[in-house]
Amino acid sequence: MSDRLRPTPGQTVGPFFHYALPFAGDSELVPPGRPDAIRLHGRVLDGQVAPLQDALVEIWQADPEGVVVQEPGSIHRDGWTFTGWGRAATDNTGRYSFTTLLPGATEPGAAPFFAVTVFARGLLNRLFTRAYVPGHPALVDDALLSSLDATRRQTLVAAADASGLEFDIHLQGDRETVFLTYPGH
Amino acid sequence: MTTPTLATQSAISDEIAEIAAGAVPGGQQPQLDYAPYRSSLLRHPTKDLQQVDPEGIELWAPCFGHQDVDPLEADLTIQHSGEPIGERITIAGRVVDGSSRPVAHQLVEIWQANAGGRYIHQRDQHPAPLDPNFTGAGRCLTDADGTYTFQTIKPGPYPWKNHRNAWRPAHVHFSLFGTDFTQRMITQMYFPGDPLFALDPIYQSITDQDDRDRLVATYDHDLTRPEWSTGYRWDIVLTGSHRTWMDDEDHT
Ligand SMILES: [Fe+2]
Repeated sequence: MSDRLRPTPGQTVGPFFHYALPFAGDSELVPPGRPDAIRLHGRVLDGQVAPLQDALVEIWQADPEGVVVQEPGSIHRDGWTFTGWGRAATDNTGRYSFTTLLPGATEPGAAPFFAVTVFARGLLNRLFTRAYVPGHPALVDDALLSSLDATRRQTLVAAADASGLEFDIHLQGDRETVFLTYPGH
Repeated sequence: MTTPTLATQSAISDEIAEIAAGAVPGGQQPQLDYAPYRSSLLRHPTKDLQQVDPEGIELWAPCFGHQDVDPLEADLTIQHSGEPIGERITIAGRVVDGSSRPVAHQLVEIWQANAGGRYIHQRDQHPAPLDPNFTGAGRCLTDADGTYTFQTIKPGPYPWKNHRNAWRPAHVHFSLFGTDFTQRMITQMYFPGDPLFALDPIYQSITDQDDRDRLVATYDHDLTRPEWSTGYRWDIVLTGSHRTWMDDEDHT
């Protein structure tokens, strides 16, 4: 891998991103009224389980058929194009919320998940994680989930609720979310 | 409630030096557990990041297009009726992956303080003037060669309350996407020769000097425009792509 260039390092998103990164419709991958819309929401919490009011969560997901969408329009949001990408700043209770569709499996036998990125003041680099769709038969054979003990595994599986799915992100502590790193990072 | 006493700069500088002395070379990325940046204390994971091979959706990145970004959004000096105060600059560079492939037609977002070191953000309490002609946020799409260009003004350094008399070196925040989800990153671009570098725990959280240097733009006279603006070049390398690129695949 000696031909690899060294990557430019990351830095914290800082406290002052709210006038720059959020945009109208950023967290609405589909319009809220759509019959098949679900809510994916949760809180971002620190090591004392205090909510972060200045975190930013992004999701990237397949459509319900498991197709990876390669359509522009995430910022423009025409109300018809599902782009698979969204962004949500946490509110003053530390909660983020997306209106979206349930992702499907990208391959036969794969467990569907939302790819999640977390940014925050106080967090010196972005964190990656996965929010798996609960109750899917492929969860038991998933390579990542199988490599973790039960407590750690639980942090990666969203919980079904009345409106869709809930997925809390613990940056630190007993229920610390499993965060991911990929080869080459 | 007791009011916590803020550490002095020299105490913070000692902590920075101590961590630097013990750091393993080649860390590349900032240390997430970096106590001199006080806000990180309760916000860094304590467990090792879990190594995983990217799968499915993680091998791809979202797409952005011309309906998403107006070309005028790359000029932060024309968003109001008047001209912003400050040193007018051009920032340009290329976004490439770890194998030098250009990251084409992809979204770049920036935000920054004004020339006086003040953000338009509600929570910024620094008593420097707001500039009615400067918001400080911009976007663009890279071209086929991975090149981005922004017109803006040079941001000022600003105080923050990490410790007593804490000042951030002047910087522009950058948000970047690659061709893979795993390349997503947010960082900060700095200006050459800033005297605040040694004092700043955010910059120093990258413990390798060569890696820190990668965040510093270079003055580029070829980007300087006569009678108009000075130019800074800053190239960005994202982590390597994991997808198997086909020889005939259009990635330019
Ligand atoms: Fe900043």
